[in-house]
Amino acid sequence: MTTVAEALSPPRPRRRVGRQALALVRRHALTVYALLALLYLLLPIAVVALFSFNDPRGRFNYVWQGFTWDNWVGWDAVPGLRSALETSLEIAALSSVGATALGTLMGLALVRYSFRGRSAANLFVFLPMATPEIVLGSALLALFLTMTAALGFWTILVAHVMFNVSYVVVTVKARLIGFDRHLEEAAMDLGANEWTTFRKVTLPLIAPGVLSALLLSFALSVDDFVITNFVAGTTVTFPLFVWGAARVGAPPQVNVIGTAIFVIAVGVMLVNVLVNIRRAKGVP
Amino acid sequence: MTFLRRHRRLVPYLLLAPGVAWLAVFFVVPLGFLAYQSLEEQDVVTYETSFAWAWHNYPDAISGNLPQLLRSFEYAALATALALLISYPLAYWIAFHGGRWRNVLLLLVIAPFFVTYLIRTLAWQSILADEGPVVGLLRDLHLLSPSGRLLDTSLSVVAGITYNFLPFMVLPLYVSLEQVDRSLVEAAKDLYASTAKAFLRVTLPLSMPGVVAGTLLTFIPAAGDFVNAQLLGTPKQWMIGNVIQSKFLELIDYPTASALSFLLMAAILALVAVYVRVLGSERLTG
Repeated sequence: MTTVAEALSPPRPRRRVGRQALALVRRHALTVYALLALLYLLLPIAVVALFSFNDPRGRFNYVWQGFTWDNWVGWDAVPGLRSALETSLEIAALSSVGATALGTLMGLALVRYSFRGRSAANLFVFLPMATPEIVLGSALLALFLTMTAALGFWTILVAHVMFNVSYVVVTVKARLIGFDRHLEEAAMDLGANEWTTFRKVTLPLIAPGVLSALLLSFALSVDDFVITNFVAGTTVTFPLFVWGAARVGAPPQVNVIGTAIFVIAVGVMLVNVLVNIRRAKGVP
Repeated sequence: MTFLRRHRRLVPYLLLAPGVAWLAVFFVVPLGFLAYQSLEEQDVVTYETSFAWAWHNYPDAISGNLPQLLRSFEYAALATALALLISYPLAYWIAFHGGRWRNVLLLLVIAPFFVTYLIRTLAWQSILADEGPVVGLLRDLHLLSPSGRLLDTSLSVVAGITYNFLPFMVLPLYVSLEQVDRSLVEAAKDLYASTAKAFLRVTLPLSMPGVVAGTLLTFIPAAGDFVNAQLLGTPKQWMIGNVIQSKFLELIDYPTASALSFLLMAAILALVAVYVRVLGSERLTG
């Protein structure tokens, strides 16, 4: 079958072949470009992992000298590393629980209810994320200095809860948007009171979102350097330890911890993805 | 419980109250103290500060640190543009050609997030170091003079910033590209649009919310960053973040540091407001 347009333009078939070839090149160019971008993203991780097995001579862990397990076996041979890591994990555990509690309640309010001032509340929650970390950190320092609060564990904890709340709200909201309010109304119609409805219907439905928010804020807390640097005083968290060590040459043990955190985090995420796939297939 | 049943309207406010209170005390109030501190006068000898409506701190802070201020916005704009160039094709590829590997590919994109920020940057330090493989290769190829360096240059700082905030760019781009209705692209092609034209007229406009969100999420932390300039640069590459943190934590010049913090925030807010007005996106705060 020949359309009028094709009949009127004889050179069309040749152009189409050319166009197909072009499309082929273009599609592969895109794939190559995307793979290169992924390589760029992952290259430094490979370097971090590789140099955790390096046996450096001198204080700079820049040049590959030879393979060794020593850094992994003796990961806490560097003074101060273990206590910095412990401080980081404690703060991450406490601040992620606190931020998740506050943020989940806010997420529930912002998605499930329509009320006066809701868009203002949405904007307010968004503001800390739109403020550079250095401003958040220096503002908190200004507060603590004026209050003559002792800088340390508690000021870090308070700061971490603050910057995590917004991320929790965003995460919980994203999971709540498809939430069917009729399920709660049905439970109430069947005689359940508010608390039972919340426990038996609402909580199980929002649980995956809350769990993701908890994990995200834990990760953000362990990783935070800029704000922590302002409010830490003499307390040392893991990123602050790395910062201090970087000035004189970071020991390979820093790479060991970095690699370990990475492997654990990606492992947790993989489990999460796999569970979601199984759930989607209907396997309990 | 009966109280709640009777006052149903209060429920959302009660749910919001603890979080809003926390943000008020540890986000809004501190900004007030920052403003207060920026108007203080500091004794040069004793470092004692006292409140004095010292508005001159602002012009002084600008004139004393203009190169670093301008450099912050220059580097941040460059890094954002580079991140967009790298991320758009990647996000497009994952959304349109990723198939069932999409989630795994996204995981790979987020993966760098889980190596501590400082360690990631230190990894670039070792990749770009003078004794490192990249410099060696470029020198052998005569793309770099025998004494040429990559580390401690504007290039390495911009590259570091681009890298560190890349996932902030890829994720919003992916989300908006993934939502693009494929049948609209098909329709454009059925109406004799070339692949390029269908992309420019259909896919690209529909992905604009992702472009706006991604560029903002990259630009804001980039403009305030000081870690990359510190670890991958020298004081010649210092950005305003380096000045703020050294004045706060090393030089103890609180009034100037506070004024600079405020200026940074105001400049970013102004830029963001103009940008959002021009490109239009009310979905940003959702």
